[in-house]
Amino acid sequence: MEWPLWEVFIRSKQGLDHKHVGSLHAVDAQMAMENARDVYTRRREGVSIWVVESKYIHASNPDEQESFFDPADDKAYRHPTFYEVPDSITHI
Amino acid sequence: MFDTKTYSSEVNQALCDYLLRLADSSLILGHRLSEWCGHGPILEQDIAMSNLALDLIGQARNWYQLAAQQAGLGQTEDDLAYLRDAPQYRNVLLVEQPNGDFGQTVMRQFLFDAYHYYLLQKLGQSADENIAAIAQKSLKEVTYHLKWSSEWVIRLGDGTEESQRRIQTALNNLWEFTGELSKPDQTDEILHAAGLVPDLRKIQADWQNRVLSVLTEATLQIPTRTWMQKGGKEGIHTEHLGYILAEMQFLQRAYPDCEW
Repeated sequence: MEWPLWEVFIRSKQGLDHKHVGSLHAVDAQMAMENARDVYTRRREGVSIWVVESKYIHASNPDEQESFFDPADDKAYRHPTFYEVPDSITHI
Repeated sequence: MFDTKTYSSEVNQALCDYLLRLADSSLILGHRLSEWCGHGPILEQDIAMSNLALDLIGQARNWYQLAAQQAGLGQTEDDLAYLRDAPQYRNVLLVEQPNGDFGQTVMRQFLFDAYHYYLLQKLGQSADENIAAIAQKSLKEVTYHLKWSSEWVIRLGDGTEESQRRIQTALNNLWEFTGELSKPDQTDEILHAAGLVPDLRKIQADWQNRVLSVLTEATLQIPTRTWMQKGGKEGIHTEHLGYILAEMQFLQRAYPDCEW
C-alpha cells in the first residue's frame, strides 16, 4: 500500500513567501505536516510550513510550452524600463 | 561550562547519581532509536526516529557535562558515556528494551515520553539553575516526542487488526518496566527535600492520566498485571544493556583515548 504524496512549502525566517522544497509521503495532513517538519526543517530552515496533497496541484503542460510562454519573449514594453525615475525616488 | 552550586556532600552525591540517571536514560534510548537509522518502515519515519535519537543524545550530553562538573573529579562527558560498565549505568530498564517491531519501539517511546515530559516540566522549576535550564531546553524537544509517539500509538491501536495486535503485545511486554519510572528511592527523596527535583508521586499521577487517556483512545487494553520490574536506577539491568554498551563503547575500549 502506497501512502499519498504531498508537496511541501516552507517560509524561512527572512522569507516573505512559502517556497516549494520537495515532497514526501504521509497518510493524512497532520502526518504530512509532522513529516515535513522532520524531513525539511532539521536545520532551522523554516518558521512556517504548508503541505498540499500532490493530486491537487495542476501543472502546465510541457507540450504547450511554445504557445504558453514564447509569446512573452518579444514584449519588452511590458517591462517598466522606459520611464525616467525622478532623482528624489529611491529604493527602486 | 556551568556555574555550579556547592551542596553538602550527601546532596551532591545524590545529585551526581540523579544526573547520571537522566543522562543514561536519554543516551540509551537515543542509541536504541539510532539502531533504526536506515531501517525505518518508511523514509519519513526513519528520519523522524533519527531526529528523536539526536535530540536525546544531545540532552544526554548536557546532563553528562553537568554531572561531570558537579562531581568535580575531572571527568569528561565522554568518560561517563564510554568508560562505565553496565552496573554503573543508571538508566531506567524501559529504555534498554529491544526495538522489536515498529509497534514495540513506538510503545516504548510513548511510555517513556509521557514520563519524561512531566519530569522535565517539573525539573524546569528546579532550585538549581543548571538543572532548570537543561530541562527547559529539553522539554521543547520532548513535547514533540510525546506528540509523535502518542499519535502513533493511537494510529496503530485504532488501525488494522494486525497493527492493533502488535501494539497491544508491545504494551503487554513493556508494562512491567513502567513501575520503576515514578517509584522514588533514597536519591529522589534527598533531592526532593533539597528542592532540586520534583516529587515522583506527583509525576506518577500525571503520567497515569496521560497514558490511560491515549491508550483508551487507541482502543487498547490496559494490562491488569501489577507486578513491576525495578533495578535500573541502582545499576541492576536486564541482559540487553551489556550488548548496547559493547557496541557503543567498542572504539574507546579497543583504542583508549582515540580521537578523530
